[in-house]
Amino acid sequence: MEILVCVKRVPDTSENEIEVNSKGTDIERDDLVYSVNEWDNYAVEEAIQIRDNIGGGVTVVSVGDEESEEVIRREMAMGADKGILLSDEVFEGSDGKGIASILKAEVEKGNYNLILTGAQADDGAGQVGGMLAAMLDWPYASLVNKIEVLDDKKIKVGREIEGGNQEMNEIDLPCVLSIQTGINEPRYVGIRGIRKVASVELPVHSAGDLGLSPDSVGEAGANVKLIDYFVPEFGEGAEMLEGSTEEIIEKLVEILKSKGGIK
Amino acid sequence: MAQQIFAYIVHKEGVADDSALELLAAAKKIVPDASVTAIIAGSGGDVDAVCNKVAPSFQEVWKIDNDAVSYPNAEIIRGMLTRILPEGSIVLAAHDTFGMDLTPGLSIKLNTSYLSDVVDFEGVEDVNLKAVRQEYSGQVSTHVLCDLSKGIVITVRPGSFQADESQGANGQVVDKTADAMAGDLPGKRRFIEVVEAEVGEVDITKSEILVSVGRGIEDQDNLEIISDLAEAVGGDVSCSRPIVDAKWLEKARQVGTSGQTVKPKVYMALGISGSFQHLGGIKGAPFMVAVNKNTKAPIFQVADVGIIADILDFVPELTDKVNELK
Ligand SMILES: Cc1cc2nc3c(=O)[nH]c(=O)nc-3n(C[C@H](O)[C@H](O)[C@H](O)COP(=O)(O)OP(=O)(O)OC[C@H]3O[C@@H](n4cnc5c(N)ncnc54)[C@H](O)[C@@H]3O)c2cc1C
Ligand SMILES: Nc1ncnc2c1ncn2[C@@H]1O[C@H](COP(=O)(O)O)[C@@H](O)[C@H]1O
Repeated sequence: MEILVCVKRVPDTSENEIEVNSKGTDIERDDLVYSVNEWDNYAVEEAIQIRDNIGGGVTVVSVGDEESEEVIRREMAMGADKGILLSDEVFEGSDGKGIASILKAEVEKGNYNLILTGAQADDGAGQVGGMLAAMLDWPYASLVNKIEVLDDKKIKVGREIEGGNQEMNEIDLPCVLSIQTGINEPRYVGIRGIRKVASVELPVHSAGDLGLSPDSVGEAGANVKLIDYFVPEFGEGAEMLEGSTEEIIEKLVEILKSKGGIK
Repeated sequence: MAQQIFAYIVHKEGVADDSALELLAAAKKIVPDASVTAIIAGSGGDVDAVCNKVAPSFQEVWKIDNDAVSYPNAEIIRGMLTRILPEGSIVLAAHDTFGMDLTPGLSIKLNTSYLSDVVDFEGVEDVNLKAVRQEYSGQVSTHVLCDLSKGIVITVRPGSFQADESQGANGQVVDKTADAMAGDLPGKRRFIEVVEAEVGEVDITKSEILVSVGRGIEDQDNLEIISDLAEAVGGDVSCSRPIVDAKWLEKARQVGTSGQTVKPKVYMALGISGSFQHLGGIKGAPFMVAVNKNTKAPIFQVADVGIIADILDFVPELTDKVNELK
């Protein structure tokens, strides 16, 4: 099975407090810790496990600038066989459809049976996988939390639906799946693993290499444009308890008692 | 604007999802006097029941009644919608597990723009729709402009729009089955069955006090401080999704859209950021206490009482105090 996994470099929300810059044009990017999108890590782990079970290869691909190399190498250190960076100035400002078109062009250069994406990335759009599938005319399943390879023509997948229930489907290969967290336990990658792949050659493909016209991608091709960032005002918000820890705890215990929070 | 507006409505056992009238409200926020057509797919008596039920609210109700969609297989429904939707349509769906499955590909097949998980609309400027979305699990919001000229597919976050109960549209039910079925149906993804979630050792849907823990707990070994507090206050331990993903607690303790829907009297969110999927599982407006070390955590916008603290320090001290008073 030849598997392509799409990964994105994103600010790590569990490591950072995301703030809007003073002009509201972007988030404050200085000092941000970046990592691979949480969902993509599960996708790469799943691909590696499938390969280890039935053979084949795992390629990791990302659309981004040269900094994305770091996340591709990280996923190679997990055990992916190959990495490809899709990078070009004209890709900047792409919307979801733009990213999917760029990925599609790369898919068509290869010979993949299965494409995995994360269920969603930092902006929670959850769009690239489904768009890519439709562009390729391949079947798609989102929020996949179980994969069982039946034979070289079809697989069985579980989709996570509301209430923790699981929708089982049979799906023909080649197909695109978006992977939900919890499908597996992504392996830990140590410094040593990353050092091992530090000097592996990473092909970089540009719009030209992919046969993409510059006006079909990037800002020029985008239907969706982000105009500003802001912090929403939601009604009152919480009453913040202040003071020393002792004082706070005393107040909290009183409140809990009055609200039935202590039996 | 001459573009037709559609709302795709999901339903279960003959009852339309709550999102149905939220989509109507959302549509009217895009175009104030919009006449909206509902689309409902399913089979047999169920689909008729849903169509009749929503008809008073929508200008028209398009029914697709066929065994092929007695379970909503997004691949098949996408194929059907591509056939029946007029060029340039505005299509709304809920941002739920079905909407996420159906819509990105639908926008490609219809060759329209796409916008997902919208929480608000701020009108149409020229050919652009101005919408509000959130990024980084709700830590910041964005305004986006989206080109409407070739049509658009939009998913709307459940609970973001107040259901439009106005009725009075008296829609006709129009059977679109034949048009939807004209030609081959996509057959590359075949629905097999739904496997129900496992029942856990505690039923958190019945708990009055929930002591809920999130990724802020950092390590499995630290969970002890949470169960100690739960024991002290006489509540049960629940959690956010990452705790279940890491297999630190059983799935039956997960609160949220893909977990349990709980309705306690008091909900303590400890090291939980407050994503909409998590909050979507909390009903009945419990009294909510949030403890988080990030002053900007979205949970503080919905909690009643907030404390900025490290739960690893704060929770054991709170437990001691509660025990001391007993
Ligand atoms: C289709 C779908 C369905 C989903 N369903 C669910 C669901 O049912 N339930 C659910 O919960 N999620 C669900 N999610 C995931 C959801 O989007 C969030 O990723 C998740 O809720 C985040 O959990 P969290 O708040 O524990 O973690 P995070 O968002 O990482 O937040 C951790 C918080 O802890 C704080 N913190 C860190 N350390 C400390 C400390 N020492 N002391 C105090 N505070 C600290 C941080 O400031 C942060 O606010 C779903 C996602 C998708 C795509
Ligand atoms: N720039 C990118 N490069 C590679 N894959 C991406 C990129 N952006 C999104 N994806 C993939 O699409 C998934 C969903 O992202 P999104 O549609 O942006 O929420 C991610 O989890 C990735 O697998």
